[in-house]
Amino acid sequence: MKDVVEITDLAVSFATDAGQVQAVDGVTLSVHPGEVLAVVGESGSGKTVTAKTILGLLPETARVRGAVVLSSKDGTTEGDVAQMSAARLRQVRGRDAAMVFQEPSTALNPVYPVGWQIIEGLRAHGRYTRAEARAEAIDVLRRVGIPDPEERIDHYPHQFSGGQKQRIVIAQALVLDPGVIVADEPTTALDVTVQAEILDLLRRCRDEFGAAVVLITHNMGVVADLADRVAVMYQGKLVEQADVRTLFSAPKEPYTQQLLAAVPRIGEGLARAHERAARRPEGWEEQAPVVRARDLRIVYPGRFRQPDFVAVDGVSLSIRPGEVLGLVGESGSGKTTIGRAMAGLTRVAGGSLEVLGVELRGVRERTFRPVRSKIGFVFQDPATSFNPLLTIAECVAEPLVVHGRAENAADARGRVDELLEAVQLPRAFGARFPHELSGGQRQRASLARALALDPELLIADEPTSALDVSVQARVLDLFDELHRELEFAALFISHDLAVVDMLADRIAVLHRGRLVEEGTGDQVLGSPREPYTQRLLASLPVPDPVEQAERRAQWQRLRGAGA
Amino acid sequence: MADATELAPPTVRRSWWTRLPVVSQLRQSIGLQRGMLIAGLVLAAIFVLAAVFAPLLAPYGYSQLRDAAGTFGAQQPPSAEHLLGTTVGGYDVLSRVIWGSRTALLVIVVAVTASILVGVLLGLISGYFGGWLDRVLVMIADAIYAFPSLLLAIVLAIVISGGQSSMWGGIFAAALSITVIFIPQYLRVTRSEVIRIKSEAFVESARVIGAGHVRIMSRHVLRNSTRTLPLILTLNASEAILTLAGLGFLGFGIEPTAAAEWGYDLNKSLSDVTAGIWWTSIFPGLAIVLVVLGLTLVGESLNDLADPRLRKRAAGPEPVEDLGVELPAGQQEGEQR
Repeated sequence: MKDVVEITDLAVSFATDAGQVQAVDGVTLSVHPGEVLAVVGESGSGKTVTAKTILGLLPETARVRGAVVLSSKDGTTEGDVAQMSAARLRQVRGRDAAMVFQEPSTALNPVYPVGWQIIEGLRAHGRYTRAEARAEAIDVLRRVGIPDPEERIDHYPHQFSGGQKQRIVIAQALVLDPGVIVADEPTTALDVTVQAEILDLLRRCRDEFGAAVVLITHNMGVVADLADRVAVMYQGKLVEQADVRTLFSAPKEPYTQQLLAAVPRIGEGLARAHERAARRPEGWEEQAPVVRARDLRIVYPGRFRQPDFVAVDGVSLSIRPGEVLGLVGESGSGKTTIGRAMAGLTRVAGGSLEVLGVELRGVRERTFRPVRSKIGFVFQDPATSFNPLLTIAECVAEPLVVHGRAENAADARGRVDELLEAVQLPRAFGARFPHELSGGQRQRASLARALALDPELLIADEPTSALDVSVQARVLDLFDELHRELEFAALFISHDLAVVDMLADRIAVLHRGRLVEEGTGDQVLGSPREPYTQRLLASLPVPDPVEQAERRAQWQRLRGAGA
Repeated sequence: MADATELAPPTVRRSWWTRLPVVSQLRQSIGLQRGMLIAGLVLAAIFVLAAVFAPLLAPYGYSQLRDAAGTFGAQQPPSAEHLLGTTVGGYDVLSRVIWGSRTALLVIVVAVTASILVGVLLGLISGYFGGWLDRVLVMIADAIYAFPSLLLAIVLAIVISGGQSSMWGGIFAAALSITVIFIPQYLRVTRSEVIRIKSEAFVESARVIGAGHVRIMSRHVLRNSTRTLPLILTLNASEAILTLAGLGFLGFGIEPTAAAEWGYDLNKSLSDVTAGIWWTSIFPGLAIVLVVLGLTLVGESLNDLADPRLRKRAAGPEPVEDLGVELPAGQQEGEQR
């Protein structure tokens, strides 16, 4: 059968003030009917730009060379998207190719019912009576797994959960039965447990609807779970293209090998944790903990007579000196809130939270300030956690200056250089401004700043979730190395079990503000007791297609048992 | 973009003057926008030069009625001695127009400086601390918005100079009355920026470090929230001239013996218009129009160029992550093209 999409020697460049920027360079790629092609690569690799050209969705500043031939599902018509008129493009979009966006909450218009938005696509491509269109929309909603579609078709987007919204976006794409669906990071904005369900649905798009799926993602686990074929992109070029099993078992190109090696896998960290445990002196367990939380309760006051939102409820945990506690949970589980409370950024409403001997419930800033010098904090987004007007050296020197260890930034330069060296940044980077560093470099500088005062407690709030996999691996290694040298206690917050596993001595799992399970990596990841932890673990796709197929079966059993 | 940046991008920093507010925008502008900006800058430059070098440029003093050859005579048409003629009071029009730019510039400088100082400070405090102080300040600012600005200026002119109209009295009366009108603008702009910056991660990071309020406000918040001020500044400068001219036109300006003032001259030339004496009104009027036009062009162009999409372009390519990957030789060459 004929390929639904044939991209030949595609080159896309953007006109910017800094001259022409080549986003995609000489990519040749084809999508066979009814297959899932995963396009993987790190940020800036041109994967999204490539996929967007299939639908002709590039901005005006883009210059496209090469051909993107899109055929309809039955193979009767075909055309080069790069040359099409606006009217032809409108015809082709939705009918031959459809798009699923990354963020389902912004892809739907909040002021129209979801049914209306699905029908809008139908109307654009044919004549339907009101009843026909409605029946069609209800049908597609049922097929993507929305319960009670007859009733829910008239609901508005905000009445659905994030996973359901993504289902609706997929329904919107499926309603015209297109030959190819372009899914741009369809699960990145979703929690792991929801991600597993959306991946399942995308698999059904292929099996039941017969649509080819172009899956753009940076997550190798997702690729292993869903893809038939994989195309790896790096800096605008197609590096490697192979069948999914071949790619994972025998990657040819060095870049692919390195990319796969960088993906964290569950179980890798256990050895490290054992090693650390063995190194600890006798009587370590009896030491006074650095952080002790008892029945901790944190509440965000409601506005306009809405009830208060309880973010954290009855959480008890402790961190002993030199220990890394990994805090895992999905969005809204309260993990970040606990970290912020420990740093004195959020008020404690109930229970008790003792950090380095100071009770934080009802604490005054004045009494807490001296303690702050013993706490380091690494923020999630390295792009915003530096003052854009100060150089890196000035930013790193800031804690030293504030706590009187240095007169000014120039005075602290010696220590700053040491710190930069410790996080493996060249000294010369001190003179640069934050925007002149890449994400990984910035996050390393952020680590340097957090360690400036030799803290006893380091709080890392999703320090790697904004980074690419290969960069993440480097930052995690660095973290581990520094921890071994400096022996600080740490709270490591992450939504990714595999990342937490690499670093943590103990892991605490949070769900809706409550502590579900806590224990060593062996206990929590090896033999989880709570059903929620089991589900969380089973939902996490592993970067190995063979193993993932088994895990999927296991996940489906668990889901069947839960329902 | 992706040329030979296996490690980090080199720190090539352009010389300091290219990063100054107006210069950097001039460099990034293109086409019609650039034309507008340049036209505005040229008009503004002429205005400032005329003001600074008024004693050299003007053939006579602003209150000079006679020279060695006797009195100038009233309402003389343009001639070799008086290039733009003389007014009904017997002053030389050209000299009055040139000297008038000096008064206008002084008013702008005093008004804008005072309103920026007070407005930014209040906006910073109001946005950073919030609470009741913030609510009260915003309410007062809204109340001032509700007044017709010229009315407020007239009241203040009377209060400050008490009917006396010396040069500095007049300038301060005009400048401070304009200040009162402008403060709410600076307050609101700074306040909204401060509120936005306050929730940025780097401010939180400063709080975690344990920095005090004063340090956070001065080092982290203030410098990041003054980005839009140059725009309002240029637009307000032209508004300041209009208010000054309005005050002068209504008779609350400066006496002709104290300083030259375009609004006053326009007022005095009212009766000339019907008598067919065009030169007394055209030239001061033209001066007002051109200066306002020039400053507005500068302000509007800066405003357009501050569009986030354009600003992003100027930031240049994203730094490339050092992945530590050895690329095949062929690929390297392709990149260095």
